[in-house]
Amino acid sequence: MSALDIRQKAWSAALIVLFFVAWELFCLMTGMSDLVLPRPSQVLVTLVERFPVLWPHIIQTLATTMFGFVLGVGLGVVLGAVIGVSKTAYDTAYPLLIGFSSIPKVAVVPIFVLWFGSGTVPAVLTALSICFFPIVVNIATGLATTEPELEDVLKALGASKFDILWNVGLPRTMPFFFASLKVAISYAFVGAVLSETVASNRGIGNVMMTASSNFNVPLVFAGLFVLAGLGVALYVVFSLIEGQVTGWATRKNDVIAT
Amino acid sequence: MRMQANSEFSGEPVSSGSAPIAIELSDASVTFGRGDRAVPALSKTTLRISEGEFVALVGPSGCGKSTILRLASGLVQPTTGVVIVGGREVAARAMRVGMAFQNPTMLPWMTIERNIMLPLKIVEPFRSKFRKLRKTEFRDKANALLEQVGLKGFGGRFPWQLSGGMLQRANLCRALIHEPRLLLLDEPFGALDQFTREELWSILQGLWMTHKPTVLLVTHDLREAGFLASRICVMSARPGRILDDSHVGFARPRTVAMTFEPDFVALNQKLRAMIVDARSAVQEGTA
Repeated sequence: MSALDIRQKAWSAALIVLFFVAWELFCLMTGMSDLVLPRPSQVLVTLVERFPVLWPHIIQTLATTMFGFVLGVGLGVVLGAVIGVSKTAYDTAYPLLIGFSSIPKVAVVPIFVLWFGSGTVPAVLTALSICFFPIVVNIATGLATTEPELEDVLKALGASKFDILWNVGLPRTMPFFFASLKVAISYAFVGAVLSETVASNRGIGNVMMTASSNFNVPLVFAGLFVLAGLGVALYVVFSLIEGQVTGWATRKNDVIAT
Repeated sequence: MRMQANSEFSGEPVSSGSAPIAIELSDASVTFGRGDRAVPALSKTTLRISEGEFVALVGPSGCGKSTILRLASGLVQPTTGVVIVGGREVAARAMRVGMAFQNPTMLPWMTIERNIMLPLKIVEPFRSKFRKLRKTEFRDKANALLEQVGLKGFGGRFPWQLSGGMLQRANLCRALIHEPRLLLLDEPFGALDQFTREELWSILQGLWMTHKPTVLLVTHDLREAGFLASRICVMSARPGRILDDSHVGFARPRTVAMTFEPDFVALNQKLRAMIVDARSAVQEGTA
């Protein structure tokens, strides 16, 4: 890591600390009631005190999100591959996909509840339906934009369509795929929490809903902190995997001249 | 060094008699598109190439040279006529073909070594052994080829770490690794500077002399054609036909110095005159 990178990271950390310090000072100076906006220190204390109670809900939300996310990725990759390999399929299916993606997902939660009852199932389905679209689009675009010369090299060897997809199409699509995973995991979180808020008696979304109806505002914010923390953690995990798998797409500066 | 004069029947043995035929085009035409937008790329071309020959195709741009190459590789099907490669109709695509384009098309996510081994992953009989041998025998094979083109030690690099000339050398390795009986080259050195190009001619000549595949080379460079080929076919402007087909008898290995000797220059001028004629014929036609 270069000195520049370290300085960049130090600035990022400083900004985060500054944000919370400013928030704390703002509350102290204005004498803000903790029913409106609790101080970060209060939120932190609540978070630590209530952690044993929060823990099963964190697990619930995390499990729901991951389950929906995995299903969404599976569905997205298959659908994206089907659409991406054929120009005709790409052009034909695109309007329908845009239509589906334009539906606000809040609107579909009641439908899922109607079909499957409240609880885990609608949360998983909401996470799935909200996160699979960016994956479909990115996989399809990655495959559809593969250079014909790359494919010709394999075609001339008598490679099958599957050989070409496996050896050229999919690896070339990996940078697109991972970019979409980072978006999709955040979306899946939004979907799961959304559904928990509306129709569930477990999960962080439900905790926040209950806490706000009890005017336990610090606990509401503790829930927000947990969600933000989980979101960042998952993002980091996928960024690390991305760096390992698609390092070739982000060139370093060690080009060798001859 | 003595050079033999170029003419129809001198120099290297004329191979059309004894050797088996590698590629045969009989009255092959190719038309791209349909109806009003149909573009004829190749008209009724007959061409026979024997095994082990090194044939260069030259002609004005857009004359269908690359189309012949794509016919032989099976990437394009003839609209009319028949194309037979290695004794089979091309639709079957059973022939082991090696191919290299002007653009080196190395896959950016693989090291040079793995890029070169790619055909082994696709083509039988290597395909079924790929998992077992990719870290031993196949890797040695790739490195032996790399050494032959002067890229020893570069197998572990990624394509973007190499210059254009180095990538084109690696491209030749990839085209040859599965020991193809037929090597199809579409202006492989077109994007390189003069000196790198001349260096690669010698490398390609060396590879051809050791591996002895049948080579079909499309080029715009008449010196390149004269240096490398044992036979040069001159094509007319679109839709292409073969205007002239002559053997090149200069002794091998040929050197860059030879390309400035009178016999070689005379051959160049003869080819050039034919292509100039073919070009002006089109301009009169369209005027």
